[in-house]
Amino acid sequence: MFTRRRCRTCALGPLLVASAALASSASVVYAKDTGLAFVSSEKDNAIAMIDVKSLAVAGTIPTCKRPRHMQFLPGATTLMVACGDSNRADLIDVAARKVVGNIPLGDDPEAFDLSPDGKFAYVSNEEEGALNIVDMTSKKIVKSIPVGKEPEGVRAAPDGSRVYVTSEVANMVHVIDPVAGKVLKNIQVGKRPRRFALTADGGELWVTSELGASVSIISTRDLSVTQTINFEIKGMRPDDITPVGLTLARDGKTMFVALGRASHVAFIDVASRKTNHLVLVGKRAWNVALNRDGSRLFVANGLSDDVTVIDVAQAKAIKTIPVGRVPYMVVVDD
Amino acid sequence: MIDRWRIHVVGWLAAALLAAALPAQAATLTIGVLGRADDERLDPRRVELAYLGHPGGPVARAVDVAVKESQFELDAAGLKVKVEAATARDAADARNQLQRLEKSGAVAVVLDLPADWIARAGPAVKVALINAGEPDDTLRAAQCQPNVLHTYPSERMRADALAQTLAARRWSRVLVLHGSGPDDATRLATVQASIKRFGLKPVATRPFKLSADPRERDLANSLLLTANVDYDVIWVVDSDGEFARALPYRISLPRPVVGDGGLFALAWAPNFERFGAPQLARRFQRGIGRPMTDHDWAGWIAAKAILQAALDKALTPAAQLKAFVQPGFTLDGFKGVRLSFRAWDRQLRQPLLLTDGQGVIALAPAEGILHPTNALDTLGADAPEGLCKTR
Repeated sequence: MFTRRRCRTCALGPLLVASAALASSASVVYAKDTGLAFVSSEKDNAIAMIDVKSLAVAGTIPTCKRPRHMQFLPGATTLMVACGDSNRADLIDVAARKVVGNIPLGDDPEAFDLSPDGKFAYVSNEEEGALNIVDMTSKKIVKSIPVGKEPEGVRAAPDGSRVYVTSEVANMVHVIDPVAGKVLKNIQVGKRPRRFALTADGGELWVTSELGASVSIISTRDLSVTQTINFEIKGMRPDDITPVGLTLARDGKTMFVALGRASHVAFIDVASRKTNHLVLVGKRAWNVALNRDGSRLFVANGLSDDVTVIDVAQAKAIKTIPVGRVPYMVVVDD
Repeated sequence: MIDRWRIHVVGWLAAALLAAALPAQAATLTIGVLGRADDERLDPRRVELAYLGHPGGPVARAVDVAVKESQFELDAAGLKVKVEAATARDAADARNQLQRLEKSGAVAVVLDLPADWIARAGPAVKVALINAGEPDDTLRAAQCQPNVLHTYPSERMRADALAQTLAARRWSRVLVLHGSGPDDATRLATVQASIKRFGLKPVATRPFKLSADPRERDLANSLLLTANVDYDVIWVVDSDGEFARALPYRISLPRPVVGDGGLFALAWAPNFERFGAPQLARRFQRGIGRPMTDHDWAGWIAAKAILQAALDKALTPAAQLKAFVQPGFTLDGFKGVRLSFRAWDRQLRQPLLLTDGQGVIALAPAEGILHPTNALDTLGADAPEGLCKTR
């Protein structure tokens, strides 16, 4: 605990030459093979880098205050990091491993998603209770749409026609038309809704409810909840299960859901909704991210200050790596 | 200050009216709030001292924060909210005011009244009364009433939280110091029961007195009061707060102080960092212009309970009262777990925060404290004790 290895002073390794062609998937964008996993930690004002081969910390990139949500910009050489206490996002050149610019995002930005063409960022602003639309070219907030208090998870539909955002206080998913700047529908879901994942065909939007101990499944056609997965796990009390981060397996058959205080990641079979595996990870498992071929799942553990790497095929944790204080999210670029 | 607030409330109501004009059927939900007239606890000089566990302002302000943060859902449901705040001079007046609020259509009333006023005025009405300020355990036991719920933690919950924390630290030898105020004897008995329940050992129990009289130094000098005995921790019971505030570091052995000085067990602390708490604390600070105290939290969550029940279509007093005690009725109190009202005494089960006023040191229930169904029920009176006979 007291001797946690920090790599702020480590010498930077030789810069990797960006070479590989971009993978061309509609929803997943890869950077140019830095071989790194990037980890934002709320109390570090820095992004830790994990070497994906050796699973060791390869250094840190100083950034804005309280970095949380991260995502690659199209072209996949620039990582955008939203910082709650700096009211902006930093743009990090992952090859150079340094901040090369920033974009103002409004008060206390938490999460964001990009429009499919990359021209706009949709940002949840916790303090304002608004979804801000940021023009990525002019770097200006062009619209601010009031939603329920403490919006968090943001997801743009693959065709760009809608943006989904959760409100932790209103217990709703707001469906927003980003062009008209209007709320199209409010969908009531479980308590303290957090994060989204779309199924492979885009027909289902899964949303975790941290205090509902559940996942609500929304049909993107009818915009209504068609099913709620309540976690009832032997040996765990429902109050200890606080799901947050989730992501879909590369084959589209399994959803990985981090169960928060329960310190496990659930492998849910998308078709049957059954939990097939539970993998023990660190304390308060928060956001999850896959590597490129989907063989490994990286889990940010908020209360044990580390990242657990899971071998997906074996459903087994293979290593836990100390990173920074209060890890929030991982983006893998192997 | 108060005038400024009225303007804010009017502003919100105007915004609510405007927004609610769009849905066809806008229903009005009236929330009653009843506090004390000429509340001595809210005397500006006393509030300035900011003793932990003492109120920082009228409970109605906390209700306003809850209504404002729920505006989006209320608009979407076509609900207008009217907060009707009143104050009472005594128990008889409280009775009249409650009857008046009930007649004027309040679906539930948030209370910040002394225990005996609640005991005497509560039975006069059928509407749900949510006690957001009184920790007295008899209201949850011998004097419990079918329409009275509690969001403020009971005295016993707070004592249990501290006793658990001491037990978890293995600070088992306790020197108990207590005042002679009207509440101190009852509160001392509650503390002693918690000390016993969690296997701690009271090494001595000594009364203190606020005095500078050299002839009373045995009672007034904290160095003498804490000498001639060995202990792991001092637990001070001081409902007034002045003696306890000066106690830490002014003692004969280098030991921690808990209770009404040093480390407190409270429903809320404005500097709590986890579970999204800073967002709520900031909303309160921004809206009301002062830090959110534990009393404010209790008033806020009481209003949230009423609003949530209303959004679940409980729009009459009877439906509200029924909704609160449904097994599935859970609240998000920004404390990381689901909160709900205990069926046996209608007390809101909740974690408590161990705080010294500068930060939150620990949470109760302490790790390792077990319970057959819900660890939160290790704080306060549990079902099998059967202390409240009115279901």
